[in-house]
Amino acid sequence: MNQSPWKEKFLPVILLLTLGGLWEGAVRLWDFPAYILPGPVRIFHAMLDRAEILVVHSLVTLSEIAVGFLVAFIVGVLLALALQSSRILERALLPLLIASQTIPVFAIAPLLILWFGYGMGSKIVMTAIIVFFPIVINTFEGLKAADPDLLSLLRIMEASPWQILWKVRIPQALPFIFSGIKIGVAVSVIGAVIGEWVGARKGLGYLMIHANAQLEVDLVFASIFCLSLMGVGLYGFVEVLERACIPWSWEGQKKGEASS
Amino acid sequence: MSEKELKGPFLSVEGLQKAYGEGGDKLEILRQLSFQVRPGEFLSIVGPSGCGKSTLFNILAGLIPPDRGVLRLDGTPVANLKGRVAYMQQKDLLLPWRNVLDNAILGMEIQGVPKSRAREEARQLLETFGLKGFEDHLPRELSGGMRQRVALMRTILCHKEILLLDEPFGALDAITRAGMQRWLLEVWMRFRQTVLLVTHDVEESLLLSDRVLVMSKRPGRIEGEVHIPLDRPRDPTHPEVVSRKARILNILEKGQTYPS
Repeated sequence: MNQSPWKEKFLPVILLLTLGGLWEGAVRLWDFPAYILPGPVRIFHAMLDRAEILVVHSLVTLSEIAVGFLVAFIVGVLLALALQSSRILERALLPLLIASQTIPVFAIAPLLILWFGYGMGSKIVMTAIIVFFPIVINTFEGLKAADPDLLSLLRIMEASPWQILWKVRIPQALPFIFSGIKIGVAVSVIGAVIGEWVGARKGLGYLMIHANAQLEVDLVFASIFCLSLMGVGLYGFVEVLERACIPWSWEGQKKGEASS
Repeated sequence: MSEKELKGPFLSVEGLQKAYGEGGDKLEILRQLSFQVRPGEFLSIVGPSGCGKSTLFNILAGLIPPDRGVLRLDGTPVANLKGRVAYMQQKDLLLPWRNVLDNAILGMEIQGVPKSRAREEARQLLETFGLKGFEDHLPRELSGGMRQRVALMRTILCHKEILLLDEPFGALDAITRAGMQRWLLEVWMRFRQTVLLVTHDVEESLLLSDRVLVMSKRPGRIEGEVHIPLDRPRDPTHPEVVSRKARILNILEKGQTYPS
């Protein structure tokens, strides 16, 4: 995707505009009532008219995502380091960790509200839970990905386990960690919104439920738009970060592993 | 060449045995392997693939213990040569996120030499290693030959008395390899460390070493030895070289039919 010329990068935008046009045309042609399906133009107007309320609630959701993500990242990376350093821990904990993924997050959302309240706390926990898994697994895989011959070389050089971790394992794991972060970012929005649906007084999820009940469907769509904008923005931010942190890997991908 | 003092200890390997597995699946790798290395000697070990050359190096380096046998340095028995050897293999094992200079100083860094001092020392060797002007390049920007030169530079900069080179040029094309051999010779004449070179390239051993040990096929033992008291650089078509080549090949053939 990265090596495509700029024209091809605009293909999704063109497609999006086309679909939007068809949608607007259909709404006008068949004259759908706005409380069932508003057209893109009306949604756009709703966004402008209700900008203030959208921004306020977006910021709440965004902070929940950011804090939840940060918690999941720190705990996830630390746990992956622990798993990597202890075989017993790996054997004991990894299967449970994988099994825990069969529990739908929806199912525990009401419990989290019960335990952590209607405020941001429960949404932060929800986001953290959903983001945590891809980060642990990818980081763990990355830490294990070091070439055994390279590890032997470092042992011959009499490197301490700490030096091996710091000079080889962690840099080697960075590309893996970043793919974990990207998956995490994509699902983090889901976590926060589910939390807000189940019980909240603020946030885009709350706004959607509220607007839906008032038959303000244009506001529902505007909220959805804000959410996806947030997701795309976060993803782009992570990509920029990735390019800055692991230029060797990024450039390597671009050149398609030219070295042989 | 001026008469440089010979560096390094007198290494004696006595009766090394190594087998993997148990009972009927037992695979004998090394049987009663004994040889000696003089200080500053360039010793090559040739043998068919799978004769246990790499196992021998792993034992010497302390990565795996022998089942039986003694190593002596200047007469003193030691468990292995850990801390006394630097090691290089066919794979360059460069860290893709480090530039040439920082890859070269990895060993020094692990020994605790301050980075700035290590870099300064490495910088002075760049010319000798044909890497001047490439110090800021990442490994993927280098050719295979250059990468191996960085790997050798890293090996030399570990400042160990004995170099273990495990088919260091095995992955290079014939022309690059010939260049690397000439150039390894220059580096060795300058630093005069003890070198143990494992190779399956008979000509390589003839051009470089003071003495060639020929190993039998598995279980590996020393089948014969050939001294090469000829001036360097050597001409592969010189009758003295050719006759020794015939002798080595002869011993190799005998080793092939050795009953296992």
